[in-house]
Amino acid sequence: MTYSGFRVFWEGLRGNKGWRPVWRDPDPKAAYDIIIVGGGGHGLATAYYLARVYGQARIAVLEKNWLGGGNVGRNTTIIRSNYLLEGNQPFYSFSMKLWAGLEQELNYNAMVSQRGVLNLCHTDAQRDAYRRRGNAVRMSGDDAELLDAAQVRQMAPFLNFDNARFPIKGGLLQRSGGTARHDAVAWGYAHGADKLGVDIIQNCEVKGFRIEKGMMRGVETSRGYIAASKVGVAVAGSSGLVMAMAGMKLPVESHVLQAFVSEGLKPTIPGVITFGAGHFYVSQSDKGGLVFGGDIDGYNSYAQRGNLPVIEDVCEGGMALMPMIGRARLLRAWGGIMDMSQDGTPIIDRTPVDGLFFNGGWCYGGFKATPASGYCFAHLIATGEPHPTARFFRLDRFRSGHVVDEKGMGAQPNLH
Amino acid sequence: MLIPHPLLGPRDAQEFVYLGPAALIDRPQITFPLTDASAALDAFHVYLHERENPAGLHRELWFHEQGDRSWLVVTRDTRTHDIVGAELATDIARAVGRGRGPEAPPPANKDTA
Ligand SMILES: Cc1cc2nc3c(=O)[nH]c(=O)nc-3n(C[C@H](O)[C@H](O)[C@H](O)COP(=O)(O)OP(=O)(O)OC[C@H]3O[C@@H](n4cnc5c(N)ncnc54)[C@H](O)[C@@H]3O)c2cc1C
Repeated sequence: MTYSGFRVFWEGLRGNKGWRPVWRDPDPKAAYDIIIVGGGGHGLATAYYLARVYGQARIAVLEKNWLGGGNVGRNTTIIRSNYLLEGNQPFYSFSMKLWAGLEQELNYNAMVSQRGVLNLCHTDAQRDAYRRRGNAVRMSGDDAELLDAAQVRQMAPFLNFDNARFPIKGGLLQRSGGTARHDAVAWGYAHGADKLGVDIIQNCEVKGFRIEKGMMRGVETSRGYIAASKVGVAVAGSSGLVMAMAGMKLPVESHVLQAFVSEGLKPTIPGVITFGAGHFYVSQSDKGGLVFGGDIDGYNSYAQRGNLPVIEDVCEGGMALMPMIGRARLLRAWGGIMDMSQDGTPIIDRTPVDGLFFNGGWCYGGFKATPASGYCFAHLIATGEPHPTARFFRLDRFRSGHVVDEKGMGAQPNLH
Repeated sequence: MLIPHPLLGPRDAQEFVYLGPAALIDRPQITFPLTDASAALDAFHVYLHERENPAGLHRELWFHEQGDRSWLVVTRDTRTHDIVGAELATDIARAVGRGRGPEAPPPANKDTA
């Protein structure tokens, strides 16, 4: 089924009777060439690019729940490419290019909105660090602008500029950054992959791997055994659990990150504003709700919900930054499980098992990566070689010391 | 979350700082001179980076930063956040022959008077 403005109009005239499901709901076959474990954004994007760019066929995506029920449907939807390090920035830059053409490519409205991402700074040292990061971003070919306080005031006059502890001195703005509708990204990739013949199988949990002489043979699932000589795992917060079934221990801890949304308000916030010093960031959804969040709770968790102290901390950050937020009511809070890696950077790599590939360690920043992650993982699975923009995301970098530690926190997952 | 501190009774988890799995107590013991540097590197890589990361009971290190500044080993269910127990990390370390027990001689430090 193809979507268009005309189609919406036509269906409107005909009582909306012609719409079909966005993807088929096939039963699993006995064997595939390639199985992707995890029907989140990354798994679905991988299947899509495997079929679309790398000409692969006989592909299945196995999802234990329903599509979009994991982090892809729980995140705060920020997309940006303003990283400092050489290992990261070209990858996120590639991702932003894919975002820009995504909806046309997938024929699905993912509400990609490049409304700008502004990181606030409060000290001279922080401004210097932002200048350095902005320069790195520009050298990679992307956009970054350093704003002074007056320019920030023009964009967001409602901020508290004279907070005694964190007065706003300026900010680093990336105009090409913004937001996208998170679950529409999952549905869009599912739609695109399904059209290319990928079987998307929901309620199908992978419960084990069949590995013989170090080679991948297939997966045991809640819907029976399915054979495949290539298996790509993209299960985000469940990475440790799934890879343990292949006998691997990962440089990853699972932590909970919470997010919040207020009641719908008239348009007030122009883009995404981050107040890192106060553990708070915010944007406004197209429905009008203020979507905001802060830091991870900080302890290992698979609970998909957090605790009150962090809710309090985030709301305090919000009050400090934009006191007017105190008038808005909080509608919902939820949590998702983050695969926090030891250096804050993801992994897209082969594993010691021939035919088993791993994609994970996305921390709280994998939504923006969805298109490039899928593309690079597909490249790796199809060609056996890393995609040039993802070549730093090696699994063995921790052993060899080639870590990509954007924040400089060292091997402590809950600090990244 | 309330942590049942063995000395102070139930304390709010907010008073604590979380470090990670209790296995971090078992720092590899390297003896010098090094005979096999690569094996030492392997041991430290596993110690520093690789994680069990279980869904279920997890023994983990919490530091009572805003309290008595003791390290605790807390046993907690990562699926529900239920805390099952807490012990003093020093007790656990000493039980496996680590840490400076009262019987161990004080470290030689010639620089301080
Ligand atoms: C509150 C919150 C806010 C965030 N904000 C941002 C943001 O603003 N910007 C940003 O870039 N990133 C953000 N992130 C991070 C981002 O959402 C994740 O990094 C990214 O979505 C992870 O990739 P995914 O979409 O493939 O994960 P998921 O959607 O979690 O997909 C993994 C899937 O694997 C499935 N699975 C697990 N185990 C099995 C199994 N055994 N068999 C079969 N299937 C299995 C799960 O059910 C799940 O559907 C945020 C995350 C959270 C929780």
